Amino acid sequence: MNEPSAAQQRFLLARKRRKRAVAAGRLCIFLAFLALWEGAAQTGLIDSFIFSSPSQVVRCAYAMAMDGSLFSHIGITLFETLASFALVIVSALAAAILLWFHEGLSETLEPYLVVLNSLPKSALAPLLIVWLGATYRTIIVTGMSVAIFGSILGLYASFRSVDPEKAKLIYTLGGTRRHVLSKVVLPSNIPYLFSVMKVNIGLCLVGVIIGEFISSRKGLGYLIIYGSQVFKLDWVIMSIAILCVLACGLYGLIAQLEKRYARRLS
Amino acid sequence: MEPMMELKNVGFSYHSVAGETPALSNIDLVVQKGDFLAVVGPSGCGKSTLLSLLAGLLEPERGSIFLSGKKMTRAGAGAIGYMLQHDHLFEWRTIEKNVLLGLEIQDKLTPEARERVFDMLKAYGLYKFRKAKPSQLSGGMRQRAALIRTLALSPELLLLDEPFSALDYQTRLTVGDDIGKIIRKEGKTAVLVTHDLSEAISLSSRVLILSRRPATVKRVIPIGFPMEKSALERRNCPEFSDYFNEIWKELDENE
Repeated sequence: MNEPSAAQQRFLLARKRRKRAVAAGRLCIFLAFLALWEGAAQTGLIDSFIFSSPSQVVRCAYAMAMDGSLFSHIGITLFETLASFALVIVSALAAAILLWFHEGLSETLEPYLVVLNSLPKSALAPLLIVWLGATYRTIIVTGMSVAIFGSILGLYASFRSVDPEKAKLIYTLGGTRRHVLSKVVLPSNIPYLFSVMKVNIGLCLVGVIIGEFISSRKGLGYLIIYGSQVFKLDWVIMSIAILCVLACGLYGLIAQLEKRYARRLS
Repeated sequence: MEPMMELKNVGFSYHSVAGETPALSNIDLVVQKGDFLAVVGPSGCGKSTLLSLLAGLLEPERGSIFLSGKKMTRAGAGAIGYMLQHDHLFEWRTIEKNVLLGLEIQDKLTPEARERVFDMLKAYGLYKFRKAKPSQLSGGMRQRAALIRTLALSPELLLLDEPFSALDYQTRLTVGDDIGKIIRKEGKTAVLVTHDLSEAISLSSRVLILSRRPATVKRVIPIGFPMEKSALERRNCPEFSDYFNEIWKELDENE
């Protein structure tokens, strides 16, 4: 391997510097925001009873972590989100495969799917709770309802956009429609499946929080709604902050999996 | 001797809401074992439709197709190899996995079959690329890999649907030459559809000229080059331009 030329080294160095500057800028904005907020609350510029403050949130989180309640709230929300996410992916894949196999069926069902997909799913949540009872199962179903119809429609459309010549190749090799599915349609749609997953993990979290708003005794959604009712704004803001971290973490996890898959391909 | 493939009075139309488009009418055709038949004709005349019928991917609306004397069925199509315009090597599979795809689909992935395919990879200069991804190969190598994928199923009859049209001119000549040699060496019968007259003349033993749509067989011109001459050598023969002019004139009268 040759030593990179001076110009190349300068280019790499400039790039590195720029990256560092961006990272530092991001951190500064976050710290400035926290400092401003804390300062304003301390000096009485804003009412810390309504707006809380970073130190109050941290103290509240520490207390709740000590008595363990924080982890049980996070745990239940995380569990409900992951469960609804897994169920959405599995059932959307199964439904898209079924639709792909039976064109008549998909043509028949299309308007129903479109209506269900464009419906604001939060409207369904109260109904689900009346029907299924106020348990974590209902909240999982609420989480699913937000993501599933869009996933089915998206996956099915992507299945159908597979190059017909590639399907023809399978037939010329003596394959059947089942082989077209397993050798062409599914493997070529893995990148799309990852992008569906990235969207869905966020959607499921939204659905779960909606479900917890309406009926639950536990979870971050419950903390937010209950905290706002009894003016424990520390709870509300802490929960929102935790949700931010949770959403980023889950998204990052899938992005990691996607990266690993892409690396295996190249 | 029974012909490898025989078409009797075959006709086919495409249907859509806008109406019926007749593609082929009254096609009579015999392909003998060891034949290399090239099919040329004006663009959009139904050449590819003819090939799909020969492959058993479409069923004739009228007339019948016989494969070694037996009426063609979807199941009988196993004895036929089909090479498409593009190589369609799957990017998510290595070259090795790509060329074994047909065997995998037909559940014939025995150690002997694998050995046979590996021998072909070695013979045609792809063995050291067997673990590579298709995108790492040149156009000509990809087309050779596609041919090996087709030959892996040991078909008696090979159908080639403009398999070189996606390649640049220079690659096209060498790959055409390569593939002609491979097909002759493996002793296969072949039907090549092309719009490139030089390609048809340099590779085939007979050129079949189709008329405009709905296509019928206009003429069959036997090409009398000695068998041992390669496609590139044929292009340099004095008779080459005679054949070219003859076919050109025949196509021109179509217009």
